[in-house]
Amino acid sequence: MIQLEDVSFSYDGVYSALVGVSLQIDDGESVAIMGNNGAGKTTLVKHFNGLLRPDHGRVIVNGVDARRRSVAELSKEIGLVWQNPDHQLFLDTVRKEIVFGLRNLGYSAEEADARCDMVLKDLHLEELAERSPFALSGGERKRVCLASVLATEPKVLALDEPTIGQDAGQKLRLARLLQDMNRKGCTVVVVTHDIEFVIENFPRTVAMSRGRIVADGKTSSVLSDSNAIALCSLSPPQMTVAAQSMNRLFPEVSPRMTALSEVEEAIVRILGGR
Amino acid sequence: MALIEFSDFSFRYLGSESLALRRVNLKVEEGEYLVVTGPSGCGKTTLCRAINGLVPHFHHGYVAGSVIVNGLDTREHTVAEMSSIAGLVFQNPANQLVTLNVEKEIAFGPENLGIEPSEIRRRVNDLVGLLDLGSLRDKHPHEMSGGEQQRVAIAAVLALKPKILIADEPTSNLDPASSEMILTLIAKLNREGMTVVLIEHRLDIVSKQASRLVLMNDGEIVMDGPPRIVLTDARCEELGIGVPKATQIYQRLKKRNIELPRVPLSGEELALLVQEASHR
Repeated sequence: MIQLEDVSFSYDGVYSALVGVSLQIDDGESVAIMGNNGAGKTTLVKHFNGLLRPDHGRVIVNGVDARRRSVAELSKEIGLVWQNPDHQLFLDTVRKEIVFGLRNLGYSAEEADARCDMVLKDLHLEELAERSPFALSGGERKRVCLASVLATEPKVLALDEPTIGQDAGQKLRLARLLQDMNRKGCTVVVVTHDIEFVIENFPRTVAMSRGRIVADGKTSSVLSDSNAIALCSLSPPQMTVAAQSMNRLFPEVSPRMTALSEVEEAIVRILGGR
Repeated sequence: MALIEFSDFSFRYLGSESLALRRVNLKVEEGEYLVVTGPSGCGKTTLCRAINGLVPHFHHGYVAGSVIVNGLDTREHTVAEMSSIAGLVFQNPANQLVTLNVEKEIAFGPENLGIEPSEIRRRVNDLVGLLDLGSLRDKHPHEMSGGEQQRVAIAAVLALKPKILIADEPTSNLDPASSEMILTLIAKLNREGMTVVLIEHRLDIVSKQASRLVLMNDGEIVMDGPPRIVLTDARCEELGIGVPKATQIYQRLKKRNIELPRVPLSGEELALLVQEASHR
């Protein structure tokens, strides 16, 4: 469990990146954090594993105040996948990259290799194992970063913009993988602008703006809430736009739908009975 | 002759075993807005690099066939020569910015081509106005937001007065508001006559503006046509292309014997088509 109690943080002592943020993420949850650039999403996640420490307030990870623990200790429980893969990769083959993290956490060479093979298979990276991460496409590099974190089997997996540069098929595989991890008990937290990805895969959404949490709840309610959407400069989901447009023409249609099937059924109700 | 013409063009990167592009044939006329999509690794980026000569002059490898852009064979002309015809904007603007302020950044390209200082000044002023960069004049590029950086990167490319703007996922690192601003800008440039080639996975945000959608897979062009036709083809689903949800609904309704008058690409269009159908 991750608890933030009234956390404030500033990088330069002038501009507040987080202002009095309180948030609780329970074990086994699957949560999306959304908001415009500069809303504080990445800053928030960096507090989970101690990369940043609050100026005020407390961060409690699995019942222990994070202040008492090093980044290395926290990293065993919380795996963070960066937005920009180039900030994370540095070795000359994909395999070495993945094995490196495992060896650092104390796994034997055989165990590290075995785990590496498993995660390469899960992420469809087997063919790239001996390639240099820097010769891969942007989307492939992101999957290598994810692989190196997944291999450590963290209790909490936090991903910063994991869908950037991923095509629809890869997004679907990523979604299935995260659901799978989640079913096995891993808590999944994702920072993203990809509203359709959130609607389809995350039951809870936290919306942020200017360092504050402005909405937190069921994804379908947060993302169909025009105020929250406007505050966070998000574009409303395509199906919510359809629902709102239909509501203006057919008042019986709810303007707060997010799922394709809901909108489809609403149209069938209008057109089906002719 | 078309502005861009690929004839049986194939390319394999040095050190790679498979072809990145396989006998590509593609003609793009002046003023078109082409969106190129397809699964990762399908050759989209290589296609773009082949238009401005980065392939094969910067990225070396095996080449067959030809790419003729504005009458010039890209194999025989340098990237510098091509840069004033086809300008390339990348996914990550930070990789593209080289100087310390907005005006120097915009002036950098034309200065390197030896353009008259008075003309450079005029271009800088025009672009600062066009892209609303006035408030950024005194900011260091690394203090700017991603959307601001991308606007500066586009201005720097436009400073060479290219006929073609090539953009490789220019909004994928930006938030929705900044993305919309960049895409609106690109659409505006296209309406004013610029030929646009845009790589994008998120077809829900670009299909409405595109005049043509090219679908690639495994180094080949597998479909090429108006977005509403390409997006309702079964091959999109087979290849895992992100078809806009409004378009998906059209398809699903059709299977249930409910036909909308046209193919929608957005939520608003879908609602209007439902209204139209309900009156019939």
